[in-house]
Amino acid sequence: MATTSSPSVPDTVTDDQGGRQRRRVGFSQKLGRLDVKLSPYLYISPFFILFAIVGLFPLLYTAWVALHQWSLLDGEGGWVGLENFKHVLTQQYFWTGLRNTISIFLLSSVPQIIIALIIAAILDANLRARTFWRMGVLVPYVVAPVAVALIFRQLFGDPTGWVNEVLSWVNLGPVRWGSAVLPSHIAIATMVNFRWTGYNTLIFLAAMQAIPRDLYEAAIIDGASRVRQFFSVTIPMVRPTMIFVIITSTIGGLQIFDEPRLYSQTGDGGADRQWMTVTMYIQELGWRNQNFGRAAAVAWLLFIVILIIGLINFAFTRRISSERTKAPKRKKVRA
Amino acid sequence: MSAPSVPAIEQMAGKGAARAAARKRHIEGGSRRPGWITYVLLAAVLVVSFYPLYYTFLLSSSTSQNIARHPIPSLIPEGHFFDNIKRVFDSVDFWGATWNSVVVATITSVSVVLFSTLAGFAFAKLRFRGRGPLLIFVIATTAVPTQLGVIPLFLVMKNLHWIDTLQAVIVPGLVTAFGVFWMTQYLESALPYELIEAARVDGASMFRTFWNIALPAARPAATMLGLFTFVQSWTNFFWPSIVLRSSHATLPVALSLLQATYFKDLSLIMAGVVLSIIPLLVLFIIAGRQLVAGIMGGAVMG
Repeated sequence: MATTSSPSVPDTVTDDQGGRQRRRVGFSQKLGRLDVKLSPYLYISPFFILFAIVGLFPLLYTAWVALHQWSLLDGEGGWVGLENFKHVLTQQYFWTGLRNTISIFLLSSVPQIIIALIIAAILDANLRARTFWRMGVLVPYVVAPVAVALIFRQLFGDPTGWVNEVLSWVNLGPVRWGSAVLPSHIAIATMVNFRWTGYNTLIFLAAMQAIPRDLYEAAIIDGASRVRQFFSVTIPMVRPTMIFVIITSTIGGLQIFDEPRLYSQTGDGGADRQWMTVTMYIQELGWRNQNFGRAAAVAWLLFIVILIIGLINFAFTRRISSERTKAPKRKKVRA
Repeated sequence: MSAPSVPAIEQMAGKGAARAAARKRHIEGGSRRPGWITYVLLAAVLVVSFYPLYYTFLLSSSTSQNIARHPIPSLIPEGHFFDNIKRVFDSVDFWGATWNSVVVATITSVSVVLFSTLAGFAFAKLRFRGRGPLLIFVIATTAVPTQLGVIPLFLVMKNLHWIDTLQAVIVPGLVTAFGVFWMTQYLESALPYELIEAARVDGASMFRTFWNIALPAARPAATMLGLFTFVQSWTNFFWPSIVLRSSHATLPVALSLLQATYFKDLSLIMAGVVLSIIPLLVLFIIAGRQLVAGIMGGAVMG
């Protein structure tokens, strides 16, 4: 392999090119073999080393911190066993946070997936200026969640704001977006939907374009209407993609922080924590109350919640895929 | 459009069949276009995408008194935009924050692209023991909510004396599982073994093969990965808000400080929002096509 090494090879020894030709070949051969053997590990090592330090270790060490009294300033203060967990589980705010997180998650993911499917179906046509429309739906994705939150908090102004003004035209409202539980969740979910619907639309659009057109032709010959085609051909064929989108949005959605944090000026999630999420609670316990032990306990509890919901998703996925063995199952990527 | 054939098909096989034929033509490069309703619906979608941004611009060119008086601003901007922008620069170090964001996002994306391509090259094209399980491990880690490890990560940064430094934000993001997976998938199909073998026969070392053969071949996917990483890094808030103070704030952190201090001054806050949006909007105009292609390509990959 590397025996015919040309001078351009950077990692063989090039100083001793003179008399010791034979030894040089032997040496570079050895080097070449080492190169083949070690290079792959060397190339993948940055990811594994970094993941070990900033991903795996912190996650496991969180459990260790959770079993100790641990303050931000003084550090470790002795083993307390499950005391932090016990304390946190009796706190009203923990359960409020969990309720808010799940509520905001449902209000954002369900409408978002439905709307994204519909827009994708509309885009899945032989459009003029198709790149323009596709780019148009993606614009909100480049706006930072912090900026989105500041914009929508203004749109949902309470008691007088854009949305309440429009509602007053039809004699509704004013809705207490800034204090009531469900309205504030709707406002925050709207921020998430604004930013991610276009993104998911494009994922669905790609899946729809991969559907063989023969299926639509067969459906049309069978007399299926456009709506019927959507439900009987499009939806079943993009189901694997839907599952992928649901799983990724679960992992991200349950850790939601930016939007509710910026929903009010103080960032505490409302006077009665009407829209405080679990991640915000972790931040409050750890950095405002300076109690790392309890914050770590909440982090682990959220981890378990995500795991449970992930497993439910997984079971759900398997049921669907065994029902529809015909649908090609693909692994999907989300940036 | 072959107009006469449509009624002909309709007569033979029913109304739907004509449409099916039209669909087929459209795949073969035909010119059957959807009706105006489609465009009206899409235009409505675009209005929903754009109006909040334009609304922000309208508020940023107004005054706080006018904003309070008119919940729905008139579509014509008022003339206070540049005053408000100037006030933003007077109240927080916006240039500093922008510069910090540029530094963080640039270093992060270059590093993610380089290390991900390197690992992707190894996973896609090199043979080594443990390749399969290690790749599965990488894919599995994309589903790990690493954000929950903030507390120990903060302790690590504290021990390194990195609190309130940019490296505290940069280093954890230097390479991502998603990037490795993405580049592996791309290189598997885009880089022929023949090219690698040819380079090896010519005596190129592994790294040289990577640098001269794999990296150029990976360029399209690498560009997209770089763009997504840049957007993600630029918009990131949770971790920066924990480790950075005002002296080293990135744009989202600066924005949150601005709104916490001047919460009554709405035109000022909105001017800050506009300023924070502009850089990525410019990037989007230049490279939005690639972002679209990246999302759509990612969805059908594998």
